[in-house]
Amino acid sequence: MFDFPSFITFDLGQYVENLIMWLLDNFGDFFDAVSKGILWFMVNVKAFLLWLPWWLVLVIVAVLALRLRNVLSAVVFTLLLFLIGTFGLWDQMMQTLAVVLTAVIISLVLGVPLGILTAYNSRVETIMKPVLDAMQTMPSFVYLIPAMMLFGLGMVPAVFATIIYAIPPVIRLTDLGISSVSKDMVEAANSFGVSTWQLLTKVQLPQALPTIMTGINQTTMMALAMVVIASMIGAKGLGLEVLISINRIDIARGFESGIGVVILAVIIDRLSQGIANRYRYTE
Amino acid sequence: MDNIKVKVENLSKIFGPNPETIIEKVKSGISKEKILEETGYTVGVADVSFEVKEREIFVIMGLSGSGKSTLIRCLNLLNLPTDGKIYVDNEDIAKFNKEKLRQYRQNKAAMVFQHFGLMTHKSVIGNVVFGLEVKGVSQEQSYNKAKKILSSVGLEGWENKMPGELSGGMQQRVGLARALANDPDILLMDEPFSALDPLIRREMQSELIEIESKLKKTIIFITHDINEAFQLGDRVAVMKDGKIVQVGTPEEIISSPANEYIENFVKDMDRSKVMQAGSIMFEPKALITIDQGLKEAVDVMKENGISSVFVVDNKQMLQGIVTIDDTIRALKENKSVEDILRHDYHATPPDTYVDDLIPKAIENKFPIAVISENNKLLGLIVRVSVLAGLV
Repeated sequence: MFDFPSFITFDLGQYVENLIMWLLDNFGDFFDAVSKGILWFMVNVKAFLLWLPWWLVLVIVAVLALRLRNVLSAVVFTLLLFLIGTFGLWDQMMQTLAVVLTAVIISLVLGVPLGILTAYNSRVETIMKPVLDAMQTMPSFVYLIPAMMLFGLGMVPAVFATIIYAIPPVIRLTDLGISSVSKDMVEAANSFGVSTWQLLTKVQLPQALPTIMTGINQTTMMALAMVVIASMIGAKGLGLEVLISINRIDIARGFESGIGVVILAVIIDRLSQGIANRYRYTE
Repeated sequence: MDNIKVKVENLSKIFGPNPETIIEKVKSGISKEKILEETGYTVGVADVSFEVKEREIFVIMGLSGSGKSTLIRCLNLLNLPTDGKIYVDNEDIAKFNKEKLRQYRQNKAAMVFQHFGLMTHKSVIGNVVFGLEVKGVSQEQSYNKAKKILSSVGLEGWENKMPGELSGGMQQRVGLARALANDPDILLMDEPFSALDPLIRREMQSELIEIESKLKKTIIFITHDINEAFQLGDRVAVMKDGKIVQVGTPEEIISSPANEYIENFVKDMDRSKVMQAGSIMFEPKALITIDQGLKEAVDVMKENGISSVFVVDNKQMLQGIVTIDDTIRALKENKSVEDILRHDYHATPPDTYVDDLIPKAIENKFPIAVISENNKLLGLIVRVSVLAGLV
């Protein structure tokens, strides 16, 4: 009598599966189109990144670090990137970067407007809050299943899963940034007869920019974390290297690719934080 | 003669979910506290009417919670009035649609805020051109204009600083420049100087008076400081609990306060900043004319028990002053009044504030002469009456 009664069953999973099947049956063309769009975009990003000469990438990172941080960071970042090259993981790193960039760009294109909408409309907010909470608390592996079912195996479901996982911070922080623009400033702008659009573009977005930049930084970091996991459904790059090493218990290879992910994460984090810090204003 | 610029009729602003439902209660004169207790609605402004003349400084004074900020926000519809009419140039702005309201805010009424409301992401000049940018004025034109206005408020050379780098007084100058850049008919100023320290505040007050004398705007000015109200205002409205208790010129309010509340207020204030020379001077009884003899001068002084007397010509134009010592000496030497005239007294126009006369009264041994523009002697002020004017 301590066991849960076995005759009470509820096949929630079955319903979800049915839903996904129904989606596929009825909106297959839509998912195909989305898939093609994402793929086209990512293929171009990847081609571009792989086309870049390795030394140019080092120079770009060095210059960015110099301008956004300091000489020490510039030297350290360049050396670290060079190190990844010496591991023989340069192309894998660029592939990872391509997925991250694609996912982040799409996240921004969707996330910033959604954040604005959330800030402006309380009804959207009441729907958005629990959805975002769910998206962030759900184990990241779980996203792989619907992504795989909708888009099959490969880069596209990887990007899709990454977007779902990484988009909440940019929505949340855009919302936060816009809602916390000082009331005085909004009132002053209104007293000069601004339209809603002018209020948004001339006051609220510029004021929210530091917060939005923080959101972009977080989204980027989460995308990077997810890309490694998404290698399970076909994302190539450093994550795949890690996955292969686990399967083969190859300590050397696993260590190198693991360190590669860490280096990439540190550099992206520091650079995007540097950009975010540029947009802080003194009160 | 004076055109009415703003005319407010039975304006009420009530905060709550269905404010229309209790408008009758407000109009019947039930007090703010009672309405809050009975219905939970907060009354901001209760059935207020007043007129503002063109080009005057109209000050609305009241303590916090008196509804003055709510009232001024109704004048550009940052607060939507619950009931009543607001005519600006004979148009009821409460009836404006969105587009007309924007036009009105862009062109007719600009506001200066207590906490400045500057955009921290824009430079000083970026803030000043904000209103023009919103209107769609070309960049070149608006920057030229902004530069001129910035130098007129004493901020030349600060154009490219960020507001955060400026002191409070300077930030409010930016706020004022931003409002002036739009070239509005009406300036709405919501406690603009309250956040500034006293020295800067006084400086800004006199600057505002100077700007007003040049630009001739209609200014509606909110303050909780009675000294500020009476110093700046051509007319002052005193508010309490959402209602206007009294409207009048500062001198009218001081000399005949409408009720005890205002009387208490007036008690607190520094009268020397409101009372003017003209209202404390007395009629000069002891005078001599320039063609009278020295002997007569001595007689006048003896009769009145004074040691000096002012000399006028037969048109009452002030010529000078003679002292008893000089007169007696001149009598012996056979001189005339004209020979011993002295000019080391202080003369002042009748609209000088008593505050400014205090040092003069202390410095000078002679009474202060109050004269008109064409040097006509209007009255005299002795030291005692300067000090009496303070209480």
